Amino acid sequence: MSGSESFISIRDVSKHFGPVRAVDQVSFDIKRGEFFSLLGPSGCGKTTLLRMLAGFEVPTKGELFIDGQAMSTVPPNARPTNMVFQNYAIFPHLDVRGNIAYGLRKARLPKAELDATVDQALEMIKLPGYGSRRADQLSGGQRQRVALARALVRRPKVLLLDEPLGALDKKLREEMQLELRQIQQTVGITFVFVTHDQEEALTMSDRIAVMSKGKVLQIDDATRLYEAPTCREVADFIGTMNFFDGAVATVENGHAAVDAGPLGTLWVGTGEHALGPRAPVTVAIRPEKVQIGWDRPDQPYNVVEGRIGAEAYLGDRSHYYVEVPGLARRVAVAYQNMARSLDNSSDQGRTVWLSWPPDSAILLPGA
Amino acid sequence: MSKAARGDPLFVYAIVYLIFLYGPVLLLPLFSFNDSIYIAFPLKGFTFEWYRQMVQNGSLMDALQNSVKLGIVVAAISTGLGIFAAKAVTRYDLPGKGPITGLIMLPLVVPSIILGIALLVIARKFLDIQLSLYTIGAGHVLICVPFAMLVLVSRLEGFDRNLEEASFDLGESGWSTFWRVTFPLALPGIVASLLLCFTISFDEFVLAFFLAGNETTLPIFIFSQLRFPNRLPGVLALGSCILVFSFLIVTLSEWLRRRGVQPTKQGAAI
Ligand SMILES: Nc1ncnc2c1ncn2[C@@H]1O[C@H](COP(=O)(O)OP(=O)(O)OP(=O)(O)O)[C@@H](O)[C@H]1O
Ligand SMILES: [Mg+2]
Repeated sequence: MSGSESFISIRDVSKHFGPVRAVDQVSFDIKRGEFFSLLGPSGCGKTTLLRMLAGFEVPTKGELFIDGQAMSTVPPNARPTNMVFQNYAIFPHLDVRGNIAYGLRKARLPKAELDATVDQALEMIKLPGYGSRRADQLSGGQRQRVALARALVRRPKVLLLDEPLGALDKKLREEMQLELRQIQQTVGITFVFVTHDQEEALTMSDRIAVMSKGKVLQIDDATRLYEAPTCREVADFIGTMNFFDGAVATVENGHAAVDAGPLGTLWVGTGEHALGPRAPVTVAIRPEKVQIGWDRPDQPYNVVEGRIGAEAYLGDRSHYYVEVPGLARRVAVAYQNMARSLDNSSDQGRTVWLSWPPDSAILLPGA
Repeated sequence: MSKAARGDPLFVYAIVYLIFLYGPVLLLPLFSFNDSIYIAFPLKGFTFEWYRQMVQNGSLMDALQNSVKLGIVVAAISTGLGIFAAKAVTRYDLPGKGPITGLIMLPLVVPSIILGIALLVIARKFLDIQLSLYTIGAGHVLICVPFAMLVLVSRLEGFDRNLEEASFDLGESGWSTFWRVTFPLALPGIVASLLLCFTISFDEFVLAFFLAGNETTLPIFIFSQLRFPNRLPGVLALGSCILVFSFLIVTLSEWLRRRGVQPTKQGAAI
């Protein structure tokens, strides 16, 4: 038994299209029953990686294993995977029943059992009574469900989904996110889910692989990706982040003093990084972890004076963009509007003090 | 059509154009019912005599039968070759795809009289085979394949590649995917191609003239009849029948083509 630790194993896989390295020496494992997302900007190689798992693309280098079996010689129609395509690829010449039963021909089920299976699938996707509809008589969300049912009736070991919610409007998308997660937990199949929407990835996944330019930057759960990104690119891609460049001055029991030029010395927890003095680093802090006030706080370090350059009222919170002398980029600060107030006068141009405790900031190697 | 449009010079031009185009053709059925062997106004009287003569003319019926048989076989072979060529061109990255497509399309632009002479030389001098309906058929396939391919390539390009991938993904092989997905979706194109190829073969004259053996096709037969004035009304009757039949075929293929647009749109929608 290969163990639940690595159900899908991707070993040093590359895919080149001529000069383009769509996927570049990627290695990682996906566990059995996991909801695993591939997240990254457009063109980073998510679809290519998914299509290699499905068997539609052959890796230029490397090997993929599913449930301990090497996939290089297995054609798509013999793999234990099924795919939900980005545009759903519902067969237009068949009705909903025909689509769902399409992949069951080889199973040679007796008619009654086949009908029961299809009925059950229609029940699962909440479309009972839609069996005789054609694809062009379905809405986008309904087509998405049919594509899902068509793949799931085959009981694959792995379900591959390529941005399945991308074409739906916001409300339907959120509904489908919940439903998809629920279905995944019911059937217990490993899902590999491609998306470029970070919120979607964060809310749905057990673990997420953040990709950029064909490489995997970090694989972690949502909390760790947000609170403990391991590189600047991930920190920048997930949510909003302020970055301050500097160099390590001293390291004292788990905290580093970073000489950050115009901001003076910043204290920050080192995390797992082992850093020597003078190493170039970046101090990163989320907008909601910065405290903002009119007066200088009573704190010996991590205090910055600035001027409000722009503000945005968002109801539950306000965003301030604070100009700090010597910094090219304005510092983003989120302020929770806890007290009810009808005062809408502008604070633009006023002097403010920013501060944060050392463990709220993140230390990233490299400037 | 509004009053303003009626006075429009372009509208007048269109009417004149249509009369010019279809007027002569419509004389055919008109004189085929005229009770006189001379094609001249004024009309004499109404008769079915020429249609009766047509049906009783054995060699005419033989030629018609030859043409229909030939058309059906040529249409089937050309469309069969066309669909596999079209699938190769639209679905695979073949080395030398451009030149290959160009060569298949070449008969479209080579004058058929040149093709006819070339094929005659090959058949008689190089291969030394007897001229027959088979040689005509081979020539017709050569000129029909490009048309079949044009129709089928546009049909195959019109629907989503993902549909075939989805079929693979759902466990089907290449062959069963072709029959369960590609073929039914390409069907309107296939029928249109069959009808088109049949029509091309049915009224093709030049190649048939060069490649015919003892058995002739209908166009050649009609041409040979023009020397005998008393046979002319029978030819007119035949021409009228073909006219009506062609009209039905064109209408049918156009209807199929329009009907076929629908799933394409759906496939492209996201
Ligand atoms: N068949 C192909 N031929 C050539 N280049 C390709 C091919 N497929 C993908 N690429 C290239 O590989 C890179 C990665 O493409 P891929 O489709 O995997 O990106 P993606 O992350 O899915 O992007 P998106 O979010 O836009 O779907 C892109 O630069 C793309 O242009
Ligand atoms: Mg993609």
